[in-house]
Amino acid sequence: MNASAPAPRKLRVATVSLGGCFGCHMSLLDIDERLFELIEKVEFDRSPLTDIKTVGECDVGLIEGGLCNAENVEVLRAFRAHCTVLVAVGACAITGGLPALRNHLDVGGILQSVYGEVPDDPELPLPLNRVLPIHEVVHIDHALPGCPPPADAFWQLLQDLIAGRTPVPAPGLIRYD
Amino acid sequence: MSTGDPTFELDGQRVPLQPGDTILAAAARAGLDIPYLCWSAEVSASASCRVCTVLADGRPVAACVTPAVAGQKVECRTPSLDTQRLRLLQMLFVEGNHFCPGCEKSGNCLLQVQAERAGMTDLNFEVLNPERPVDASHPDVLFEPNRCILCQLCVRASDEIDGKRVFAIGGHGIATRLLIDSPSGRLGDSALSVGDRAAHICPVGALLPKRVGFAVPIGQRRFDTEDTRG
Repeated sequence: MNASAPAPRKLRVATVSLGGCFGCHMSLLDIDERLFELIEKVEFDRSPLTDIKTVGECDVGLIEGGLCNAENVEVLRAFRAHCTVLVAVGACAITGGLPALRNHLDVGGILQSVYGEVPDDPELPLPLNRVLPIHEVVHIDHALPGCPPPADAFWQLLQDLIAGRTPVPAPGLIRYD
Repeated sequence: MSTGDPTFELDGQRVPLQPGDTILAAAARAGLDIPYLCWSAEVSASASCRVCTVLADGRPVAACVTPAVAGQKVECRTPSLDTQRLRLLQMLFVEGNHFCPGCEKSGNCLLQVQAERAGMTDLNFEVLNPERPVDASHPDVLFEPNRCILCQLCVRASDEIDGKRVFAIGGHGIATRLLIDSPSGRLGDSALSVGDRAAHICPVGALLPKRVGFAVPIGQRRFDTEDTRG
């Protein structure tokens, strides 16, 4: 055994919540003490865990949430451009989810009834007419269904990607509620 | 079973058959799983969902209406049929508004469990988000057309078991929908009562008896088994 062999390069992972509730990120944290094992093998790029604001070159991007506004689309495209493997995480990223329940309503009408006026500020991203699942805008390599996906599903996916295997969720880890 | 009893072969397993059996009925009696959505032993078969499509001696047929023939070789779990089944299920999901996290049928839903068993992780197709207003006019039964997969189980149950013919299928293509026989077209004005079989046979959450949705908690439901809940 060569003691001077360099440690294998860590997998660089970025995560983001677009039109999501951060529940999927909470479920990732639910891998609990396995986080210590994980951090030996991955390093985080842009993520709520690091507070890095822009995504760099990454091996894996985990996308929570669907596309509700123009900024969501911009961030998703940046992730697609920088991540070798992009994973749709959770019901909202895969189907549009809860935010997509507004798809039958007029956006202006919703803003009017919630705020009493249509907000007009250059800092506010423009809402999309329809909330979209992310596979309608960029190519997605894998998906982890669930609201949220079970912690074990995150664990299995990351273990598979670290080992260079194609992730295939085990029975019981595919669920939609 | 004596060695002389007629059998056919399903994915390499011998399945005994009785006179009048369909492939699906014989397999179900033998405890073998051919996935389906629109079939029920209580009513006639309609072959509308095509999830039970198998290869009978190499020919694709709906197992729920195809007579079982002694000596026949039936394939259900082939890579190409598995993919076809997955795509069918994905199309059913994108053609409706199936929001499992907010559905009281979750865990009791045949569409959900067939998709889980088929390994469905994404929708593959563009989500159509059809516009289908909810009909809550009936005092005891909710009609949620967003979840309807047009399997016709309620149509057949109302006709064959309840003798009422409350439901029918109308329209074409993506506009196909469940029709209700009442002057207003609403469930509350129809002859349906909550005791009818048609009010309970829905495999998804489209027709639901009211006020009992969470009587059985999530986690203890029909399909909350090891293969779907880990």
